[in-house]
Amino acid sequence: MRETFYEVLRKQGVSRRSFLKFCSLTAAALGMGPAMAPRMARALETKPRTPVLWLHGLECTCCTEAFIRSAHPLAKDVILSMISLDYNDTIMAAAGHEAEAIVEEIVRDYPGEYILACEGNPPLNEDGMYCIIGGKPYLDQLRFAASNCKAIISWGSCASWGCVQAARPNPTQAVPIHKVIRDKPIIKVPGCPPIPEVMTAVVTYLATFDRLPELDRQGRPKMFYSQRIHDKCYRRPHFDAGQFVEEWDDDGARKGYCLYKMGCKGPTTYNACSTVRWNGGMSFPIQSGHGCIGCSEDGFWDNGSFYDRLTNIHQFGIEENADDVGLAAAGVVGAAVAAHAGISAIKRMTDKGGE
Amino acid sequence: MPSDTTAGPLPKATQEAVYVYEAPLRLWHWVNALAIVVLCLTGYFIGQPLPSVPGEASDNFLMGYIRFAHFAAGYILIVGFLLRLYWAVVGNHHAHQVFLPKFWSARWWSEVWHEIKWYSFLEREPKKYVGHNPLATLVMHLMFVWALVFMMVTGLALYGEGTGMGTWQFEYFTAWVMPLFGNSQDVHTFHRLGMWYLVCFVLIHVYVAIREDIMSRQSIVSTMISGWRTFKDNRPVDGID
Repeated sequence: MRETFYEVLRKQGVSRRSFLKFCSLTAAALGMGPAMAPRMARALETKPRTPVLWLHGLECTCCTEAFIRSAHPLAKDVILSMISLDYNDTIMAAAGHEAEAIVEEIVRDYPGEYILACEGNPPLNEDGMYCIIGGKPYLDQLRFAASNCKAIISWGSCASWGCVQAARPNPTQAVPIHKVIRDKPIIKVPGCPPIPEVMTAVVTYLATFDRLPELDRQGRPKMFYSQRIHDKCYRRPHFDAGQFVEEWDDDGARKGYCLYKMGCKGPTTYNACSTVRWNGGMSFPIQSGHGCIGCSEDGFWDNGSFYDRLTNIHQFGIEENADDVGLAAAGVVGAAVAAHAGISAIKRMTDKGGE
Repeated sequence: MPSDTTAGPLPKATQEAVYVYEAPLRLWHWVNALAIVVLCLTGYFIGQPLPSVPGEASDNFLMGYIRFAHFAAGYILIVGFLLRLYWAVVGNHHAHQVFLPKFWSARWWSEVWHEIKWYSFLEREPKKYVGHNPLATLVMHLMFVWALVFMMVTGLALYGEGTGMGTWQFEYFTAWVMPLFGNSQDVHTFHRLGMWYLVCFVLIHVYVAIREDIMSRQSIVSTMISGWRTFKDNRPVDGID
């Protein structure tokens, strides 16, 4: 019999009081009413822990690094106990064949029960040879691990959208998880990395309620990805007033004006940074004076400079934005109109002369 | 009724005028034109905002007003377009012309070609039309009607981002437009390109309307004001519409 989350916690010396505080805090973070905290506590007391396989494909490990820095709840005390994280090659003690055997064991012993957490994505080119795990292509490991899982969490922009390795020209043909695994429910938690508290909240939700949180059309949990950074940004009043940072280090920058003109992608980025923030709620990029780069959006690497609102249009071959293209087109049309008008006038005069 | 008597140096045309554009259509044209001017101006400054205003944020609302004007004009344009579609059904023969070009008619295409030659100075004289000439119909259908549809759909999708999940703008537009383009940034870019496309249309439209008013065989600009098409010669109408 697998242990429950509560049993593991008590073994580690966590008091029941702390446990209940954690339940209340997490219920609040998930946007649920006070009645949910006892239900969460009961679930964590009675349900066996969910086994989790955490696979790494093409990635930079920023998701794991973020995850283990979650402050609410503290990952080291809580999350690593709440779930049974059986395989995560960055932080597990086992190595080599011993470690790889765990994957096979979980897939065999817990069919339909374990969660597959994917960090990074598989490259398809050359039969997946651009990412080898334990002597085998990651693509094969992913397909095998996904074969019996209950659900998949796509951690970060790599697994959700493709991120930097899938940016043009994408030589390894890296693709997000949902392009390879099509028969399992997938929760996308994009971001580079995602917010730690968002990651732990998603895991908590899955472990507690045994079902997926409500997702939007693109497969992201609505509770964290239903609003743009811009919608809840503390600098929003400066945007509405028309007060912008015009260049780095100007007076507006010192006064904390809106970073829209510096290319802030807050108005086009769905994430919870402006509410949940980072490092235990201490700050987030805009608060530290730099625009949002839109890291949780599909294809953000291919949307041109981080410092322009109008993005480059690649189809024109050279780096042009919509205003360059539009002004050029309007200029050509204007010149054509003027030339045509001139010829029309001359023609009319000569025709008149002929009559 | 027609007579060929001439008075003065210009031949005087007395062919009977035709009532082409009914009042709702003319009203729509000018309201729509105004809405497009407001939308292009405010839209330009939403993408490339004006220089920062001084003072406290609580004392200013410049971007707010610009965006309000954009959204208000957008709704006027959308409601106007829907009423215009209704009028295309219940209005007179000319009301549905730009919505249903006669793509199936060989004669229509040959007159498009004739009109292109007229614009290339290869024909001495254009044909005479009561409604739009086929080239005008074609350009208005492709450059204007569909551009407006594109701008309305992407515009509502971007607007729905602000109103949020659960609102009709989000559920009916944002929810499927965003995944179609991939991300919000790309929708913004294409919405902006759409503005420039419409600016090009307006340039061509205004020029051609004035030129046709002078050089074609029928009235153009005054027709969109009074509704009546007058003719400059007495020969019969030889165009398809």
